[in-house]
Amino acid sequence: MTQVTQQETNIQVINSIILDYRQYLSSEEINEIEHEVSILETREAAGIEALKIIQLRRGWVSDDSLLAISQLLKISTAQLEGVATFYNLIYRQPVGHYVIHICDSISCHLLGYNEVLEAIKSHLGIEYGQTTSDGFFTLLSNVCLGGCDKAPVMMIADKHYEYLTPDKAIAILNGLSQSHPLTSTISENSNIQALVKDGE
Amino acid sequence: MTALNKPLTHLINLDKPLSIEEYIKKGGYQGASRAVKDLTPAQVLNMVSDSGLKGRGGAGFPTGMKWGCVPMFTNEDGTIKDNAPEFKYLVCNADEMEPGTFKDRYLLEGVPHQLIEAMIIAAYTIEANRAYIFLRGEYHLSAKRLQKAIDEAYENNWLGSNIQGTKICLDLYLHTSAGRYICGEETALINALEGKRAIPRAKPPFPQFSGLFGKPTVVNNVETLCNLPHILTNGIDWFKSLSPKSDPGTKLYAACGRVKSAGVWELPMGTTIREVLYTHAGGMMDGFKLKGLLPGGASTDFLLPEHLDTPMDFDSIAKAGSRLGTGGLIVLDDKSCPVAMVLNLLKFFAQESCGWCTPCRDGTPWAVEVLTRIENGQGRIEDLDTLANLCDFMWLGKTHCALAPGAVEPLKSALKYFHDDFEQHIDKGCCSYSTLGSSEHAVVHQGGL
Repeated sequence: MTQVTQQETNIQVINSIILDYRQYLSSEEINEIEHEVSILETREAAGIEALKIIQLRRGWVSDDSLLAISQLLKISTAQLEGVATFYNLIYRQPVGHYVIHICDSISCHLLGYNEVLEAIKSHLGIEYGQTTSDGFFTLLSNVCLGGCDKAPVMMIADKHYEYLTPDKAIAILNGLSQSHPLTSTISENSNIQALVKDGE
Repeated sequence: MTALNKPLTHLINLDKPLSIEEYIKKGGYQGASRAVKDLTPAQVLNMVSDSGLKGRGGAGFPTGMKWGCVPMFTNEDGTIKDNAPEFKYLVCNADEMEPGTFKDRYLLEGVPHQLIEAMIIAAYTIEANRAYIFLRGEYHLSAKRLQKAIDEAYENNWLGSNIQGTKICLDLYLHTSAGRYICGEETALINALEGKRAIPRAKPPFPQFSGLFGKPTVVNNVETLCNLPHILTNGIDWFKSLSPKSDPGTKLYAACGRVKSAGVWELPMGTTIREVLYTHAGGMMDGFKLKGLLPGGASTDFLLPEHLDTPMDFDSIAKAGSRLGTGGLIVLDDKSCPVAMVLNLLKFFAQESCGWCTPCRDGTPWAVEVLTRIENGQGRIEDLDTLANLCDFMWLGKTHCALAPGAVEPLKSALKYFHDDFEQHIDKGCCSYSTLGSSEHAVVHQGGL
């Protein structure tokens, strides 16, 4: 990446970065991504899988991760960003240990989604798009999860929870809180701190 | 339930799907075996064309016709033509994200080997040597079970090189997406697989000629493909006899909303809405009456109780003014607000619009804004004209793909059938539907499979 230098003191500095994907990504991550590349005709085609591989290990896709993947796949960062932001399940901001995806589509809407949502919101004290202060839960909506015959439903990590009621939903969240020691996955600091600055 | 009247679902086991050994023991891989050992690709193609199988993803396009135009590169003596591309592709569209639709999930989770067998047959017919299952990212259990089944198929020489001692080679990979409805559109799906933003492509060129990575590509829905092993094993006459009065074969029908037992059922194509709703889904929950329904997912027109005796096949539902779509009924009861329902549907389409063409990118959020106003009791009578105009702006021929016209279908039909409800919201300045405690009334029983 090229640099933008400080032009005037009252203008916000844009730190741009040099990052070597070989140092930033682990060898396992690189191997996994290269495996995806091997089953596709072009390197860019592995973009979405690469984003998912990194997100699975690091919780979310930071700017640095985006840069590293685009280097590895030999595509522009802007192009990869275009892909990353296209998808609902790629997080471009830090998220909590568990991301709650509540289905807000039609069957759940008809069968009590709203009550479940309100209960979760007031239980956790957060709105859509927010993370609890302990970094444990992030609340997001999700389009139809394909559990319409068992509505309302929500997805947390790779598990779908069905036939929700407000009480049941809260019991599920409490169960998750208790069964896992709190480990913050907001491990990647904001890009500024993690960067090797140009010229340093 | 037998192999002969419920071919797609009779081997489903949702708790623990059959391993490859168990699947073969129950007759699995016979269809694929027949195709690759006894028949030429042209013969299989003829069989599928003659069977009358139509795509089950929503559009109902004849599968044989879709396959028929794929360019073939094998000479009569079995040699390969010089201009043959390195790869030809078969893609299974398992990006099931249509609201109110969950039929493919049962096939993916319950009997993954059936899909793999089907893909071997399809790939053989179009001479594809690489295949992908494009699975929506949220179907984690399906992903796990499909990958296991793929691994087993490789171990047992049903995938890979020289399948079962023949010259046929097929590699099958699972691709899991990351959540975007538009990926279900076949050309958007191809862009997604190429690692691009999943924006639909203009047609022509059709994917059969220039699809994935510019190579000949066929994209088929899960349920469509799953019919193939059975057509190969049991024959065309059997397939047609499953539904003598309608399009051939069975169909996975589903029902959700305030019905007694929501679920999915494999029934003869052309089963009436009434039978699906009352015999299989058990009718409406106590205390609720049927007000209307969407016959095949979110992007189909509302139908009314007067349409209950319509057979659920492509032509009959079209005649009634809607589309068969995915065959999943979404039921609107008399205590749920139709305006709120349409608002929910349009919010979905606005969120999932890829943003490529203006009518869809601007039209769907505009409709949401107007509907929100009406639902909140701040609507104006001219809003109804605005919505009607939007339906026109977003209709077929004015948009890049079928997403916006799909959004128009429930909106336009709701304006027609539930006009009084819209007007009442505006006249009274509020939504008069009580928020009947959904949770206490919504005791759903698992039905179907």
